[in-house]
Amino acid sequence: MLRFAVRRLISAVLVLFAVSVLTFLIFNVIPAGDPAVRMAGKVPTKPQVEAIREEWGFDDPIYVQYGTMMKKLFTGDTVSYFTQLNVVDEIIKGAPRTFALAIGAAVLSLLFGVILGVYGARHAGQWSDRAITLLAVLGLSLPVFWLGALMNHYLGFELGIFPNGGYVEFGESPTGWFWHLMLPWIALSFLFVGFYSRVLRSDILETENEDFVRTARAKGLTEKQVMNRHVLRNSLVPIITLWGLDFGFILGGGAILTEAVFNLQGVGQYAAESIEQLDQPVIMAVTLFGAFFIVLLNAVVDIVYAALDPRIRLEDARAP
Amino acid sequence: MSAPLLSVEDLRVSFRTEEGVLQAVDGLSLELAAGEILAIVGESGCGKSVTAMSLMGLTRGANTKIEGRVKLGERDLVGASESELLGVRGAEIAMIFQNPMTSLDPVYRVGEQIAEQIRAHEDVSAEAARERSIELLGRVGIPHAESRVDAYPHEFSGGMRQRVMIAMALSCSPRVLIADEPTTALDVTIQAQILERVMELRREENAGVILITHDLGVVAEVADRVAVMYAGRIVEQGTLDQIFYDPGHPYTWGLLGSVTRLDRDRAGALPSIAGAPPSLIAPPQGCHFRPRCPHARGRCEQVPPLEQRDPKAAGHLDRCWLDLEAKRSLRQVEGGIGLAPAAEAQA
Amino acid sequence: MPEGGRVATAEGAAAPAGAPEQATLGAPAGAGPWRLAWRRLRRNRATLVFGGVFVALVLFCIAAPLYAKHVAHTGPYENHLSDTIEQDGETVNVVGFDGVPIGPTWRGEFLLGADDNGRDVMVRILYGGRNSLLIGVSAALITLMLSILLGLVAGYMRGRVDGVISRMMDVLWAFPVVLLGVALGTSLALGGFELGPVSVGPGSLLIPIFVISIVYVPYMARPVRGQVLILREQDFVEAARSQGAGPLRVMFAEILPNLASTMIVFFPLLIANAILLEAALSFLGAGVQSPEPSWGTMIDSGVERIITAPMLTIAPGVFLVATVLALNVFGDGVRDAFDPKGRVRMEH
Ligand SMILES: Nc1ncnc2c1ncn2[C@@H]1O[C@H](COP(=O)(O)OP(=O)(O)OP(=O)(O)O)[C@@H](O)[C@H]1O
Ligand SMILES: [Mg+2]
Repeated sequence: MLRFAVRRLISAVLVLFAVSVLTFLIFNVIPAGDPAVRMAGKVPTKPQVEAIREEWGFDDPIYVQYGTMMKKLFTGDTVSYFTQLNVVDEIIKGAPRTFALAIGAAVLSLLFGVILGVYGARHAGQWSDRAITLLAVLGLSLPVFWLGALMNHYLGFELGIFPNGGYVEFGESPTGWFWHLMLPWIALSFLFVGFYSRVLRSDILETENEDFVRTARAKGLTEKQVMNRHVLRNSLVPIITLWGLDFGFILGGGAILTEAVFNLQGVGQYAAESIEQLDQPVIMAVTLFGAFFIVLLNAVVDIVYAALDPRIRLEDARAP
Repeated sequence: MSAPLLSVEDLRVSFRTEEGVLQAVDGLSLELAAGEILAIVGESGCGKSVTAMSLMGLTRGANTKIEGRVKLGERDLVGASESELLGVRGAEIAMIFQNPMTSLDPVYRVGEQIAEQIRAHEDVSAEAARERSIELLGRVGIPHAESRVDAYPHEFSGGMRQRVMIAMALSCSPRVLIADEPTTALDVTIQAQILERVMELRREENAGVILITHDLGVVAEVADRVAVMYAGRIVEQGTLDQIFYDPGHPYTWGLLGSVTRLDRDRAGALPSIAGAPPSLIAPPQGCHFRPRCPHARGRCEQVPPLEQRDPKAAGHLDRCWLDLEAKRSLRQVEGGIGLAPAAEAQA
Repeated sequence: MPEGGRVATAEGAAAPAGAPEQATLGAPAGAGPWRLAWRRLRRNRATLVFGGVFVALVLFCIAAPLYAKHVAHTGPYENHLSDTIEQDGETVNVVGFDGVPIGPTWRGEFLLGADDNGRDVMVRILYGGRNSLLIGVSAALITLMLSILLGLVAGYMRGRVDGVISRMMDVLWAFPVVLLGVALGTSLALGGFELGPVSVGPGSLLIPIFVISIVYVPYMARPVRGQVLILREQDFVEAARSQGAGPLRVMFAEILPNLASTMIVFFPLLIANAILLEAALSFLGAGVQSPEPSWGTMIDSGVERIITAPMLTIAPGVFLVATVLALNVFGDGVRDAFDPKGRVRMEH
C-alpha cells in the first residue's frame, strides 16, 4: 500500500511536470512573435514591454524561462498582465463555483445514468430500451454550449423559470445558488447520463451472461438479489471508475464550455478567457490546476478500483 | 423401482439465435430415483448442459422456448412460476457447473457465497451460516477451512473452486444434485477426490445424482444408469451393464469403441467418431446420427422411437431401427469393448 | 466530445481493454466474419437509416455551391446589409435598422433568414458544413493513422519504446481535452506555424484539423496497443516470425490487417467526436477563423444574437446535432455488427 502510494505520487508529480512543460512550450515556442509584446496585452507601451522582458527573462535560454515561470507560480504572487489581478486569488474565487458545478453534475449524472442504464438493460430490446438508447446517443451528440444557450434563452429569458446565466454565492442565497446552478447541472449531466447509461447497460448485459450469475440463480436467489448483489455489484465497477475520472476533470475546470455558456465565472471560464487573451501566467496556473485534479482523481480511482475488485492488487492497478 | 424422484417427459428446449431456431433439446424423457446416479454422456454440444439447466429453469429467457414436463415429486417445474422455482433451486435441486474458474463471483469471499445460499433458504444468522460454510468447506476437503473461508475465488485453484461449488451445492442437502462435468479441466487425482464427494452425498443424503460427463471411465466407475445423448435427443439409455455390455445404438458403439483407442490419461477428451455432430439449427431429418452412421438405410429418414428392443432387458431403450439380431452381429464388426454376450451381462 | 473530455463513445474504461474475442481477432480476417458483420449491418434498420441521413447531409453540403448559385442566388461571404427583399407582398430590409436580420422566409432566398451581415444563413450552413465535415473527417483519419502507428509500435516493441509512447499518452491524457485543444488552437492561430517546408497560415483549416487529431490520439492508441499486445502472441505472428519476417513486416503485413475491424468500428465515432470538438473550439474562438464559416463559429456568433434572432443559433446547431447523431447511431450499429460483444472499446 505504502509502496504503491509512493510510486503513484512520483508518477503523478512527473505527469504534472510534463504537463507544465508542454503548456509552456505550446505558448512560448509555437506562436510567432515577441512573447513580451503578447504578454503586455492589447495596447503595450514600450517601457512595459521592456519591463516584462526583463522580469520574465525572455532573453534567457528557454529552460531558464521555464524555471522563472514555475518559480513565480509557486510563490503565489503571479499577476495577470491583462487584468492586473493576482492569479491565485482569482482561482480561489472561481474554485467554489467550479466545485459546485462539478459536484451537482456528478451526482445527477451518476444517479440518472445508473437508473437509465439499469432500466435499459432490464428491458433490453424493447421499445423503451431503444428510446433510452436513442436519448443517450442524443445526449452524446448535443454540444453542451448549444444546449446551454438554448436552455438559457428559452427557459431563462423567454419563460423566466430560471435565471439567465450567472451565479449567486451560497452564503448569499442558498435557493438562488441552487436555482442558478440548475440549468448548468442539467446541461452538463445530459452528456454524462447518456454516456454512463450506455456503458452500464452494455456492462450489465455482458455480466448477466457470466457463469457466476447463473450460479447465483441456481442458488435460489431472487431476481432482485441476483441483480443487486451480483450483476450490479460487478458492472458498477467500470462506471464508478469512469465517473471518478470525469469528476476530477470537471473539478479542475474542464467543463469550460458549460461554465462559459452559463457565465458561471469558475475556473474553467477563467481558463477560456485567459487563453483567448493569451494571458500566459494565468494559462499556466489554470492548466496545472486542471491537470492536478485529473491526476489526483486518477490516483483515487485506482485505489477505489482495487477496493471494489479484490482481483486487483494495488501494485498492478491501472497504469497511471 | 418406487416413484421416481425426478421425471422428465418430452422436454424440448429451443433458442432463437441469429442464424435461426436452435433445437438444443428435442423430446427428452428420463427418470431419476433417490440414491441413484444417472450419467448423461454425449459429445460436446449435444445439449447436456442445456438439459441440466432447464431442469431448474435456468435457461428461461426471452429467446428460449421450453416445453414438456419436469416433475419433482408431484410438482411440474416447467410450468412453475419463477417464485416457485426459487424454493427449488439450491434447496431441492442443486447444480455444480461445468466451469469452476468462472462460476464463482470474483468480488465476494467464498464463505460469503456459500452462506448466501444457506440464508436464501433457511432462516439462520450470518454467524451460523458462516459456521456451516466452514464445516462444508472442511467436508469437501479444503484444508484450513477456518481461514480459507475468507479467501476470494481468485486465490483458489480450479480444483479448489470446484470444491467450493460442491460445498455450496451440498449446503442445503438437496434431493437432486446435478453435476455438469464436475471434473473436466481438473487433473486426475483431484478428479477422483471430487467424485468421491459426489458419491458421499448420494450415500449420506440418499440424493439422486445426474452426472454429466464425456468421460466413460468415470461413468463406469460411479454410474448406476446411463443415458446417451446425441444432438438433443437421448439415443440410448439403460443400466450401466446394459449400456456397456449390450449397447444397442451405433452411436453408443462408437463412443465405447473410441474409449479403447484413447489412452486413459486423456480421459475426458472427446471420443473420436468419424464425422462431426450435426447443426442443431438444421439437423438431418429422421435419425440425427444418420449422416455418420455406417448402417444407415432408407428407414432412418424417420425418427426411430426410443424403445425397449430386448424383451428381457427391462429399462434398456434405444433409438435405432436395426433389429436386435442385426445389432448384435453388426456390433461385433465394430470392435471395441463390452462385446460379452448379453446373457452374460444379465447374469 | 467537448466538455466530457472523454471520447463520448468510450465504453468501459478502467478495465484493461478486454481481451478481444479470439474468433474475431485471432484468425486473419477471412470472408466469414466480414460477411457476418455485413449481414448484421444490413439487418439493422436504424443503422442504415442514420447512415443514409449522414450521407445525405454530406451530399447536401458538397452541393453547397449549386444551392448558393441556383437557389439562394448569393454566396457564403456576400453581405446584403443594405438590400431588401419582397416578403408577403412587402419590401423588407434584410437587416433592419435596429441591426436585427430577417428571420426564415422558407423560400429559396434567405430560407433560414440572414445573419448580422445580411448573409444567407442556409448558404453559410452548407458552406460551414463543408468545413466542419472536412475537418471532422480529416482529423479522424489522422487520429486513426497516428493511433494505429503508435499503438502498433508500442504494443509490438514493448519495453522502452512502449514506455515512452505510453507516458506521452499519459501526459496528453492529463490535459482537459478542450483546454488542450483551445490552447493549441489559439496558439497556432496566432501566427500560423511552419512544419518543415509547409507553412500554414493563421486562418488555415489545417490548424483545427491538426489540433483535433492530436487531442484524440490517446483515446484510440491505448486500446489499439492493448489489442496488439494480444495479437503479437498469437500463432500466426509466431509463424511469420519463424519464417524470418522482420518486425516491420510482422507489424504491417501480419498484425495490421487484424486491426481493420477496429478501425472500421472507430472511424464513424471518431468523426462524430472530431466534429463536436471542432464546434467547441470554434465556439471558443480557437477553431475555424472568420470569415470562414463552420457550424461552431456560426453558433458562437449566433448566441450573441439569440434574443432577437434565435434562428442564428438554432439552425447551425440542428445541422450539427443531426450530423453527429447520425454518425453516432451509425457508428453504434457498425460496432454491434463488427464487434457484437463490445470487446474493442475506446478506452478512457
Ligand atoms: N443460451 C443459448 N442460446 C443459444 N444457443 C445455446 C444457448 N445455450 C446453449 N446453446 C446451444 O445449445 C447447444 C447445446 O449446448 P450444451 O451447452 O447443452 O452442450 P453440452 O452438451 O453441454 O456440450 P459440452 O460438453 O461442450 O458442455 C449448443 O449448440 C449451444 O451452442
Ligand atoms: Mg456442457
